[in-house]
Amino acid sequence: MKVTDKDVAYVADLANLELTEEERVRMLRDLNSILEYVARLGELETDKVAPMAQVSDRYGVDESRQGSERFAYAIREDVQDGLRESLPHDVAVKNAPDTDGTFFEVPKVIER
Amino acid sequence: MIAKNEIAGKENSGLGSGLTIETIRNAIIEDRTTATALAGDYYERIRREDPEIGAFLTLCEERALAQAGQIDQMAAEGIPLPPLAGVPIAIKDVMVTRGVRTTAGSKILETFVPPYDCTAVARLEAAGAVILGKLNCDEFAMGSSNENSAYHAVHNPRDKSRVPGGSSGGSAAAVAAEMAVATLGSDTGGSIRQPASFCGVVGLKPTYGRVSRYGLIAFASSLDHIGPFARTVKDAALVLRTIAGRDPMDSTSAEVPVPDYVAELEKPVRGLKVGVAKEYFGSGLDLEVRAAVEAAIQKLAELGCEVVPVSLPHTEYAIPTYYIVATAEASSNLARFDGVRYGFRAKATTLSEMYRQTRDGGFGMEVKRRIMLGTYALSAGYYDAYYLKAQKVRTLLTRDFDEAFKKVDVIAAPTCPTPAFKLGEKVDDPLAMYLADIYTVTANLAGIPGISVPCGENHERLPIGLQLFARHFDEGTLLRVAHAFERAALVVGR
Repeated sequence: MKVTDKDVAYVADLANLELTEEERVRMLRDLNSILEYVARLGELETDKVAPMAQVSDRYGVDESRQGSERFAYAIREDVQDGLRESLPHDVAVKNAPDTDGTFFEVPKVIER
Repeated sequence: MIAKNEIAGKENSGLGSGLTIETIRNAIIEDRTTATALAGDYYERIRREDPEIGAFLTLCEERALAQAGQIDQMAAEGIPLPPLAGVPIAIKDVMVTRGVRTTAGSKILETFVPPYDCTAVARLEAAGAVILGKLNCDEFAMGSSNENSAYHAVHNPRDKSRVPGGSSGGSAAAVAAEMAVATLGSDTGGSIRQPASFCGVVGLKPTYGRVSRYGLIAFASSLDHIGPFARTVKDAALVLRTIAGRDPMDSTSAEVPVPDYVAELEKPVRGLKVGVAKEYFGSGLDLEVRAAVEAAIQKLAELGCEVVPVSLPHTEYAIPTYYIVATAEASSNLARFDGVRYGFRAKATTLSEMYRQTRDGGFGMEVKRRIMLGTYALSAGYYDAYYLKAQKVRTLLTRDFDEAFKKVDVIAAPTCPTPAFKLGEKVDDPLAMYLADIYTVTANLAGIPGISVPCGENHERLPIGLQLFARHFDEGTLLRVAHAFERAALVVGR
């Protein structure tokens, strides 16, 4: 599976990146070189192997219980006892590049 | 106290170099120095040494001196001092600090001043540590040489023409140059252990879930770990004891009791089984590194450990697995940097353009490369071939360790295939850079703890690291073996 110019443009679009012409050329070269190396994973027979997404799946999950109860270890106290206090509004927007003090401001989304 | 400050001129604390957590705490308790004088000494050293090293991105002197003042007040009033009282510590700039700029080594967060503290940082301060400042790193912790920092490179204190390793290069260099007694780093594929090895210090990546990740700017959430750098194994144990344990703010932090790691150090190592896997001694391993690590294993045998051959047959698949899993998670985690709520924003007329131009201008090339690779691996048509496949191989890599740890208590290996390489040597070849992590990434995929301890030098006097792995949550045994080796090898405090 060779990555093409078209793939680079498509993936950049998905990732909300623009990329300069020069960056696209480098990206094409680098992605192909890395994916060629990654292709060796194909040597392994994995049809009957379960995927592993998280280390904590291995020791936290209680398989004797049902549904979300299996993940009881991950329930936070503050969810059981009520919500934790939020950041004050002015603190929450303090790092925003553009704000009216109440909302984050962004360029217009809908033209009419 | 003022009288004491006048005695030593430049050295206000009068304690000299080679300080450990214990010596500092004792000196303050015995009224031989003050936390304030000591903090002054470290800032002095940073101002003198760091222009040539580049370990720090931001200093927080006001916060440090306020904390030091409180410790001195406690000492003056005879209140028992907490375990890290007055200890100057610095933090990798991927951990948020309330009121202190946190950049993640990226231009996109150049102006970001977090409104809260990372749990690990808060726990250090609660234990009396004095936070000196924030440390340089590869942008979003993506790199193995610290050359991906958007600010400046870090020079290895042992040879300034060489890299300190990465991504926690500043954390390793600061300890090596004694600009901090201990530091925190993060390790997603080796980013604590590899720079520790390159700079000749101790670096510990705990078990996944051992230390809360709350306030760690996420790179790959299932692989990210916070851990300490220090000059001695004992200091690393003291820092781990402080930061470890369940945190309700991180649902993956484990409800597993935290042992007294310092007490664990004193237990005997005789009779412990040390596994050696041939897969970690294959082609590509520098001969001097191999010799030093083999000598270290011999030393463990002399200490009464039983050396047992083990097999980790899927090791050669670790790097490709890692670079799919890590980049896939990164592409999702870094989606939040869009110029809306914090950091840099490009000027644009539409929202879509703003997102793109912000990310184009704010991220460096390696970050973009990883976002692209991860997005590709997750995209329709490639998900099964890349992401799902890598997750399955991750299971196989983890099973390798499960099998090996049925037979042995720890596994010994090199931390890195080579000593520190030259600045600029690998910047144009991402794959060659990725291979610098060949011995470290598997522990992240499996979530087991790993430590790098100095075990010698090559002919150019470049440090070499011995890496040890242990079972999940068995940092006690890991630290015990590392401590016994360190003491036997007498490489400490050199």
